[in-house]
Amino acid sequence: MDFISDTLASVGLNEFVITLMFVNAILAMSIYLTLYGGMFSLANAGFMAIGSYVSVILTQNHGWPFFPAILAGMVAAGLIAIPIGLPVLRLRDIYLAIATIGFVEITRIMILNFDKIIAEVYTRLNIDTEPPKITNGPLGIIGIPVETKLEYLVGTVIILSYFMIRMHRSRFGRALAAIRQDENVAASQGINVVYYKNVAFILGAMIAGLGGGFSGHLSRIIQPGSYGFGTAVDILAYSVLGGITSWYGPILGGLALTALPEVLRPLKEYTGLINGVVLLIFIAYLPGGLGDPALWRSVRKTFNRLVNFINKGKTADAGA
Amino acid sequence: MLVLKHVSRQFGGLMALQNVAMHIPTGQIVGLIGPNGAGKTTLINCMTGLDHPTAGEIKFDETPIQKKPAHRITALGMARTYQNIRLFGEMTVLENLVVAQHGLGRATLVDSLILTPRHRRENEHLRENGFQLLKRFHLEQNADVLAGNLPYGDQRRLEMARALATNPKLILLDEPTAGMNPVETAELGEQILRMKAEGKTLMVVEHDMSLIAQVCDEIYVLNFGQIIAHGTHEEIKNNSVVVEAYLGQEEGE
Repeated sequence: MDFISDTLASVGLNEFVITLMFVNAILAMSIYLTLYGGMFSLANAGFMAIGSYVSVILTQNHGWPFFPAILAGMVAAGLIAIPIGLPVLRLRDIYLAIATIGFVEITRIMILNFDKIIAEVYTRLNIDTEPPKITNGPLGIIGIPVETKLEYLVGTVIILSYFMIRMHRSRFGRALAAIRQDENVAASQGINVVYYKNVAFILGAMIAGLGGGFSGHLSRIIQPGSYGFGTAVDILAYSVLGGITSWYGPILGGLALTALPEVLRPLKEYTGLINGVVLLIFIAYLPGGLGDPALWRSVRKTFNRLVNFINKGKTADAGA
Repeated sequence: MLVLKHVSRQFGGLMALQNVAMHIPTGQIVGLIGPNGAGKTTLINCMTGLDHPTAGEIKFDETPIQKKPAHRITALGMARTYQNIRLFGEMTVLENLVVAQHGLGRATLVDSLILTPRHRRENEHLRENGFQLLKRFHLEQNADVLAGNLPYGDQRRLEMARALATNPKLILLDEPTAGMNPVETAELGEQILRMKAEGKTLMVVEHDMSLIAQVCDEIYVLNFGQIIAHGTHEEIKNNSVVVEAYLGQEEGE
């Protein structure tokens, strides 16, 4: 084990980075669920923020144990997804993307000004006590003990993988796939489109909230600035790189795209450049992403051909 | 079975349907014909809930449905096919029929997660049902082909199988023979008559008059959003208003 961790560390993958890779794999899975139903939603950065703040506030200010707090963050994200999804999911494609980006920004600004809002409520209601500091504005919450462990994350990814595999073969998953391919026809076949879209949106929000809770207890500090437009795009990038043709695509994308800048660290200022080039290559030449079953089939074929070639070379040598 | 009263659909200033009155009697095959742009597909969309009339009333077995969403109307027993084929192209042929039976299933996501007997039984049942339908339309060899890769005629037949999969009482066929050759058209006529023999009610929107003559008990003619004639094939054929709508008015004698 030491040998493996030493080797990984030598290419820049220390334990912290590997833990972060799995957090991002969870976030990538959260967006997969909505994309599977044909919804181009970027709201998951906002749900991640909610899960993160709710769970950290519960462990730091209210003394909750780690796991109940994480689950509470997940439930909170799911509950907030209900009133957001109902109006927003009437939109499609790029319009849905813009509306959900709006939600992400509103969430960020709400967290940023949360203490001010509370203070305002106190003065309006003439409450004399000092208003509490909950989110701490732009400074964020600091000094959070690191409680997220790699084995929790790997376990979560395994459970979520099982969920995705079963989901594909369920009545629920078939309905989502039908909605993705043709919403109107799906409705004509008796599928309640509004219901299934909203359930997928809420489940995606809960997964994002869970990922947020884990990430909040990983980096010692959470700030509203970490959950904006950039994060929303990052989460989308994981699923673009990994591809959404299979359930494991987003996991691979999340792992790879988090590891890449660390591995490229020796290149210093060129890391961002290479990151972008890699993404562009995938969009242009491998639209199915890392998880595309067709890609793996062709990799296996090439590998077999290579093995055959080497074996033939050996027999030829033996003959000569 | 289906009664329309004063149904109108307005798109801005355009009256796509105007005061349409129709009656589709139980167990019969009703034809709907009309020149291109007459509003036939808009009418079907209003019947199935993909669109809603701006005025008027549609009753399906005495239930008003003009404001109901599509999936509710399907649950009441109505199914349709599309003029421009709209299969789930990324699914296999059999999967198209399994997902089409959505309303007949009850299994939830939880059933599938913990693999309850209900999940297993239902999946097997839906697949078996789907396979029977494939056999009926001679598509069983292609069960595992992606629906988008099927030849054109097979796609049309799969659409019909998919409509039947919801176990409907009333089936609306929107130009089922578009792009078919005469042999395929005749075979399709047989399939339509077989559905009638099984007690289904049908409405067929068509341009192919040979099919209309073969299967329809009565015919409605739609032009510029209005019903201009209604009767048997013989009556329609000799109706001067209909001839005018298709061929234009004769210029002064």
